[in-house]
Amino acid sequence: MSVAVAPKTGPYPAQPEPAGPHLSIKDVRLEYKARTGKSVLAIDRISIEVPDNEFAVIVGPSGCGKSSLLYLVAGLAEPTEGHILLDGTEVNGPGADRGMVFQSYTLFPWLTVRENVEFGLKRRKVPAEERERIVSQYLNDTGLAAFHDAYPKQLSGGMMQRVAIARALANDPRILLMDEPFGALDSQTRTSMQKLLLKVWEQHQKTVLFVTHDIDEAILLGDRIYVMTARPGRLKEEIVVPIPRPRSLDMVMEPEFIAVKRRILELLKNEIKDDEH
Amino acid sequence: MARKTSLLDQCLTPKAEIPTALKFTVSAVTWVAVIGVWSILTYGGFMQDIFLPSPTQVTDAFFRLLDDGTLGQHIWASVQVVVTGFVISSIVAVPLGLLMGTFKVVQAALEPLVNFIRYLPVTSFVPLFILWIGIGIEQRIMVIIFGTFFQQLVMIADVSRSVPKDLLNASYTLGASRRDALLHVLTPAALPGIIDTLRVTMGWAWTYLVVAELVAASSGLGYISMKAMRGFQVDVIFLAIAIIGLLGLLTDLVFRLFRMRLVAWAN
Repeated sequence: MSVAVAPKTGPYPAQPEPAGPHLSIKDVRLEYKARTGKSVLAIDRISIEVPDNEFAVIVGPSGCGKSSLLYLVAGLAEPTEGHILLDGTEVNGPGADRGMVFQSYTLFPWLTVRENVEFGLKRRKVPAEERERIVSQYLNDTGLAAFHDAYPKQLSGGMMQRVAIARALANDPRILLMDEPFGALDSQTRTSMQKLLLKVWEQHQKTVLFVTHDIDEAILLGDRIYVMTARPGRLKEEIVVPIPRPRSLDMVMEPEFIAVKRRILELLKNEIKDDEH
Repeated sequence: MARKTSLLDQCLTPKAEIPTALKFTVSAVTWVAVIGVWSILTYGGFMQDIFLPSPTQVTDAFFRLLDDGTLGQHIWASVQVVVTGFVISSIVAVPLGLLMGTFKVVQAALEPLVNFIRYLPVTSFVPLFILWIGIGIEQRIMVIIFGTFFQQLVMIADVSRSVPKDLLNASYTLGASRRDALLHVLTPAALPGIIDTLRVTMGWAWTYLVVAELVAASSGLGYISMKAMRGFQVDVIFLAIAIIGLLGLLTDLVFRLFRMRLVAWAN
């Protein structure tokens, strides 16, 4: 990650208005100084357009800069070159319009599950009764109602990520960014979280930009998959997933699924170096 | 575990838990051993009582000073010095330490100076403090402040630095401003560490008490032990030391309870 940027306010530079509301990543480059002092090119000229209500997935080998790209969209880091626009407005620091679920556990340990989900709503000064209603709804949707008074330390990893998803969604962001949210979970929990996310997403149809190195996960969840090269991260191919919704976990055995998987594996074959298994 | 580990094995395995009863027994044995050796040395006549008083002599001194009312007065004088010094130091060190660990510019401004000062011996400043602020209670309080403040600053800065950055990032993506992140994320996240730092530095504040009361004091536990030294009243010296130790233990306990109640989520 390069320089982290705290929220700032100020005039946005005028940009040409794109057609329709969407996220647009334009010619983004990210270069950072490594600890050794030499500069590393993490992302090289990536351009992605994510239409509204689409579930977009970025997949690529580890270290390809896919997480960095997400941090750039979140406004938690600044691109060296290029632009990131949400509904035609240049991203300038983080904000509530781009909610994020992190790979590491980022629940606030001093708040209960309910208070965690309420955090963003409180910051945005949503009235108490409305907060109550929204929080209860998302706790129900994510199967957390019974745990609303628990503290994060009492929860398993999967439960914590559930709360993180509920917390991000309750804040009603324009777009939801997810940085390998299930990467640290065991495979059974992971599967049940994918099922939950499918259900919740099909219910809310929020625009999602999801990063993963798990190809099955990418195909199962995504409408569109962006395959990235190893460092420096470039966009290798954009694949539209031809699998209808609602989706279920059984679909991993279907020919369309396997065809997409074969294509991605082929693309990534040359990217996986010997030092990675 | 199917395997039956012997008690000895349990005791010799690194980081293995031992039964509660055994824990208390071992702790008690240590105290009994210390008091036992002390008793043998004194009652057995191996040490002269002008060097080492017997346990009964110390308890006698306790009741003697308690009866004439001076003990309570000296304890109160010392508690005032330690608590006032500690509170003043903490009120400044906690927010400043948090800022030092959070903003690189504050860190760059303060850290080199603070790291220099915190290695200076407190005792060498006593004459200066007397010169600057006289010989009243303020001078004694100043010694406590000087002994704790810089340590607190560095430790609290470390606590604030150890708050995961993604916790702040998460709050930003939920719409928190920088002010929100500081007040509603960084501060509560640092609270358990702050309480721990206060607990440890409170112990250090007690250890500076005798230094504070070394010169020009006319009351306090440090003062009576200095006076007792001049009059060869070794029993009173032991009494003063024991009371400082017990008061330290008591404040430690208060901080532990405070931590359990206030930041239960972190335990």
